[in-house]
Order: sequence, then C-alpha cells, then structure tokens
Amino acid sequence: MSYTKRPDGRKFDETRKIKIQLGVVPNADGSALFAFGDTIAIAAVYGPKPLHPQHLQDPSKGIVRCNYDMLSFSVSERKRPGPSRRSSEISKVTEWALSNVINLEEFPNTVVDVHIQVIQANASTRVAGINAASLALAQAGVPMKELVAAVSIGKIDDKICVDLIKEEEDYEDGEGATDIPMAFLPKSGEIVLIQLDGKTSPEKLREAIEAGEKACREIAKKQEEALKEAKG
Amino acid sequence: MVSNLTKSRIIEYLNAGKRFDSRGVFDFRDLKIETGISNHAEGSARVKLGKTEILAGIKIGTAEPYTDSEDAGVLTTTAELSPLSSSKFEYGPPGIESIELARIVDRGIRESGMIDFKKLCIKEGEKVYSIYLDIYPINHDGNLIDAAAIASVAALLTSKMPKVDDEGNVQFGEWTNKGIPLTKNIPTTLTFYKIGKHILLDPVIEEEESSDARVSIAISHDKKPMIHAMQKGGYESFTKDEMFKIIDEAAKKSKEIFNQINKQVKVENE
Repeated sequence: MSYTKRPDGRKFDETRKIKIQLGVVPNADGSALFAFGDTIAIAAVYGPKPLHPQHLQDPSKGIVRCNYDMLSFSVSERKRPGPSRRSSEISKVTEWALSNVINLEEFPNTVVDVHIQVIQANASTRVAGINAASLALAQAGVPMKELVAAVSIGKIDDKICVDLIKEEEDYEDGEGATDIPMAFLPKSGEIVLIQLDGKTSPEKLREAIEAGEKACREIAKKQEEALKEAKG
Repeated sequence: MVSNLTKSRIIEYLNAGKRFDSRGVFDFRDLKIETGISNHAEGSARVKLGKTEILAGIKIGTAEPYTDSEDAGVLTTTAELSPLSSSKFEYGPPGIESIELARIVDRGIRESGMIDFKKLCIKEGEKVYSIYLDIYPINHDGNLIDAAAIASVAALLTSKMPKVDDEGNVQFGEWTNKGIPLTKNIPTTLTFYKIGKHILLDPVIEEEESSDARVSIAISHDKKPMIHAMQKGGYESFTKDEMFKIIDEAAKKSKEIFNQINKQVKVENE
C-alpha cells in the first residue's frame, strides 16, 4: 500500500487553511498571527531600537535577533517551559532566513527583536513562525527586500506532500516520512532556509524543492493580500 | 575574524579558479582517522583534516526510554567548543554554535538509521542503553562539522558494548566483544560553503569565516545515495540551481569520503 490519501483529505500540493491576522500584539511595533490549520504561531517585532549590551552593536547596520519558542501546552506531552537546544537552533535558522531580506544600514547600532511563540502545534511550527514573523516585520515597517514565505514539504512514503501535519510526520510505512522545512524569497526564488530529516533520493529532493517554491509563492500572495487589506 | 582584505583576496583567487592552498573547490585536505584513542571510552576517534583536529568519544550507560519509543535506545550528542582549540571560542555554557554542530552530526547519524536503536532495549518501557556521543575540537582550522561527523561515525563503528550485571547496570571498565548494533546505512556529512558566488568544500578557517552561507548534507551509500539530513546556515541565500548542483556533488563526493572512512577504520567487533 502506498500513500494515496492524506489523513485530512487534502490534495498533495495543498496547504491547510491559512489564517492571517495582523496587529495581534498591540504593544509591539509589528505583529501577526499565522496559522496553517491548527498550527498557530504569533510573532511580535520590537525595533529598530538601541542594542544593549553595547559591545554587540554593529556600527555599519542594525541587526536582527530571533527567538522561537512553544507554549508548554501547545503540544500533547507538556513541553518544559524555557529555551531548549531545539528552540535555539530554530531561532538561529529563522534569524538567518529573515535577516537575508532585512536592510538595516540606515539604523546602525540598533536591533530588531523578533519574538515567535507557537500557540498550538500540529507540525510545521517553524515555518508558520517564519510566515508570522515576515508579516510582523512588514507591518512594523522594517525595510525589507521582499517577504519571506515558508512551508514544510514532506516525502511521505514516495509522495511529495505540502504542509505536513503531525500524523504525516509520524508516518512509518513504506519509505516513512521525510520532513523538509524550507523558506523562499518568492520573487527571486532564492532559498533562505532548508532543513531535512528522514530519507530521500537526490531526485525526490529536487521535486520537493520545486514543490516548496510553488507553495511559498502562493503563501506569499496571501501574505501580500493580508498586508494590503490591513492598510485599507 | 577574517579581514575584508583576506576575504576579497580569497574571492579574487576563486574567480581565477584557485584556492590559497591550491586545492580544487571540492577537494578535501588530507584526512587522517585514528580510532581507539581513549581506553576508558566505549569507542573513540581522532580526525585530522589538514590542521583541523577533532576528538569524538562514546560512553554508554543505561536510562529510561522516552515515552514515545519505549523499546528503543537513546542517543545524546554534545559538542564542546573549547577555547583551547581556537581564540574564537569562549568558556561558558554551550552557545548556538556548539548546539548546532552537535545537532547536525546527531541528525545525520539518527536519521540514517546507522544505529539499530531497537536492539538497544534492555527491558521495554523501563531500561534501555543510552549512547553518549561527545565531540571536542582540539584545533579549529575550518570545517568542524564534517570532521566531527567523520570522527563520530568512526567512534561508533569501533565502539564495544559494555558488560551489564543482572540488574542491567553497566559495569564500567568491562567490555563485551560486541559492537553497538549498527546497520549498513553509514552517513557522511558534507558541508558546502558559499563565498561570493563560489561554492566549495572543506574550507580552512579563513575561507570559512569569509563565507556567507553553508549547507550541510548527510548521505548514506548502502545501495543508492540517500539523503538523510540537511541544514542551511548563514545569512546569504542559495539559488535553486546552486542547491541542485550541491545535491548532485554531495551524492558523488560523499561516496569518496565514505570510502576513505572504510579504508582507514578497522572494525574488529563481532
């Protein structure tokens, strides 16, 4: 039996229902909620603001700091509150992905803090977080080359699937599950994040990257629409 | 940190198709693997990649299994980037660099299925073997990730399981003649570095510090090349074409490194 049907009935190249809300944290300079179905992430942006401690300052430009975490009750087995090795790594890859589009040359010695919190998790949390952060940065008016869009592509058995849920991540039959989160710059088609866990041939990986680019272009469209709507 | 001058010189050289030490872009430095370098460890290895030197050691204990896999042993990987090995590193709790290094190596080993975790179960739901893989750079002259991955694989391949008593407690210092239960899916991790528009392997420290992005790929070669883990690092992006080229080169080159590991690491376990 190969993988012919997704547990939630979606097409293989279809994301879950995307929900976007802007300004969910009024205190922040920019904020957004981004949901892939029941995976919900919010992001809040503070800055550019003077960076402390001073020795971290860059006199040629402002810097970006990201912080990703999950609520303890966002997953079925309680997650210990506070940073973990996993969350430190995700924070860093998110920072690399977002910094690529942010231009802070006009803001030397400053920092833009991006805080991402996963409210509810059903896989694909880091990519939901990046999508939320990209929107929050845009809303805050931080100078950006373009938006960043992110999606998790999976190879479940031998099928390329867009936007994985937990049940798919845990799939064990056939070739099992390979999880490939990626982030693209939808206009230039550049890859700013890619990670992979699992087992795949080089050919299937190419296919997954193509599927990721296509899905990210669609996600970016939704992001743009939401930003336009919010501007009124 | 590398100076802008050095960086522009490195790029100038690369534009002319050259590197400071006259290697080709995908050539590795001399790789030397030595195993059994510690008599207290269950397995250990020293890898020298040019002037980069790294030690990896395995200790095995017992632990409670995780609740989501009660019949499987566990693997814990850490890396300590000691200031002994480079003026870049400072004392203190593990920073993101050492966390990321350990996680990239760990992911390659775990996802490849190299370790047969099910065979590391002592009593389901109660006691399993716990493998600790610890990585220590001795001299950092670039490409710690790949060197660490090679050292880790070499240490795992040559580890001996410790004796356990009737209650399942490890008898430290006493070994069986059995190795860790392994499969044929041995991962090789290669990290491609991007400097300007150029992509290269096995950078020396000046090249590594001049690079703007990297991507690590773990590949096994039992029958066909299989990719098990990937991670992009750094602030610069990769185009899709660059990524496709890297994937193809990784499939080829990792076979060559894997053959070197096979040649240099003698496995005497049952």
